[in-house]
Amino acid sequence: MIEVKGLVKTYGTKRAVDGVTFSVRRGDILGFLGPNGAGKSTTMKVITGYLPPTAGSVTVDGIDVTQDPVATKRRIGYLPESAPAYGEMTVTEYLNFLADIRGYRTKETRRVQVERAIGLTHLDGVRRQTIETLSKGYRQRVGFAQALLHDPAVLVLDEPTDGLDPNQKYEVRLLIRQMAAEKAVILSTHILEEVDAICNRVIIISQGKLVCDETPEKMHARKAGARLDEIFRQLTLTDV
Amino acid sequence: MSQICPLFKREFLGYFRSPVAYVFLVAFVVISVSLSFSPFGGFFGSNDASVRLYFSFYPWLFLFLVPAVGMRLWSEERRTGTIELLFTLPVTRLEAVLGKFFAAWAFLTLAILSSLTLAFTIAYLGQPDWGVVFSTYLGAILMAGGYLGVCSLMSALTKNQVISFVLGLIACGALLMLGFSGFTATLESFLPVAAADAIANFSFSTHFEGFTRGIIDARDVVFFLSLMGFTLFLNVVALDR
Repeated sequence: MIEVKGLVKTYGTKRAVDGVTFSVRRGDILGFLGPNGAGKSTTMKVITGYLPPTAGSVTVDGIDVTQDPVATKRRIGYLPESAPAYGEMTVTEYLNFLADIRGYRTKETRRVQVERAIGLTHLDGVRRQTIETLSKGYRQRVGFAQALLHDPAVLVLDEPTDGLDPNQKYEVRLLIRQMAAEKAVILSTHILEEVDAICNRVIIISQGKLVCDETPEKMHARKAGARLDEIFRQLTLTDV
Repeated sequence: MSQICPLFKREFLGYFRSPVAYVFLVAFVVISVSLSFSPFGGFFGSNDASVRLYFSFYPWLFLFLVPAVGMRLWSEERRTGTIELLFTLPVTRLEAVLGKFFAAWAFLTLAILSSLTLAFTIAYLGQPDWGVVFSTYLGAILMAGGYLGVCSLMSALTKNQVISFVLGLIACGALLMLGFSGFTATLESFLPVAAADAIANFSFSTHFEGFTRGIIDARDVVFFLSLMGFTLFLNVVALDR
């Protein structure tokens, strides 16, 4: 579903992403790890078409993101870091606006999509509240509902469980796992146990370079008995 | 281009989701009407049943009020991070720029039309020429679009609304001043007269004046429309960075 080939992204003279290559198939839940500033968010921003790549290519469902950005954006559900949203709108107004833009032009089809997303993310209790009055956890869920709204084939989630309490984290993970069978999911995280809990593949990048692309089991096998964070430390130690 | 519609709706209704719209509309009417009734306006003294005097303040009024509407268009999106959301939705930059611009323009049009009560009052007291009233309103709406194009562009350059407001004010101020004889005289002192005249041609006030006298000149209409087109094009470019 997603093919990233030799992706390079530079900001001024700084190379944020330096020749990253990987692919994500349908059914994959890819855990995207790396220290802060390693280039995780930048890679996601290029995949979702927010930033143009400096070099290399990204295709989603066979379509290059620079050739036909609107077509790839239709296929992607994206939860940006810290889940930005139009704060002055209520939850239903916001989701209705997004459904409209996602091509659900009749009131009835919009309602179906919005209700589905609200149901999946348990937002029913706050649907008439404006987003700026919601707590961090609820805001994160609104962002999640926004990403799931059009039932996209590709989900790109930048720290989806950030700011959630343990119960909410559990629910979000359950939700991702349930949907993963027919989707390609990329999620970035700092929580290493999350990788064990839901991911079937792990990618670690450090200083913009790929240092590891394998299954969580294989990663555990790198050092028998060691915890995941020890292995992570070893792989990214140069990046301090 | 069908994506412009939902963007337009969200942006336009967005003004009314906060007190911004109501504060602005009331301020607009109160300031514009009190200016023309003030000693500077001389509305009653003129003994003239027309809206010309009322609209003579519009280029100055717009200088402050249009940047106030335009400053948040893109700055707000940049500050809150929703710009990342917007540009990962299936919309092109052009659609996003146009959707927002038309929404803000429609809002300004609403503000301008809310002064129609003044025209009706004049019609009750005397016999205004409705053709002139119409051309004046048309001119004001077109001029608002010109100011707004400039302000929308300035707003795309920064995530700080204050900077966006000041930049809009300066740019619009420059475009307004170009029309005044003192300014053109200064230009003529070091530029050839033809060049100074050409520059003076880019002024809001000179192109608006014809409308207030009931003349809808194609050159004036084209000026405002091409100013909008040009600034919105630059706006798309600025967002591409």
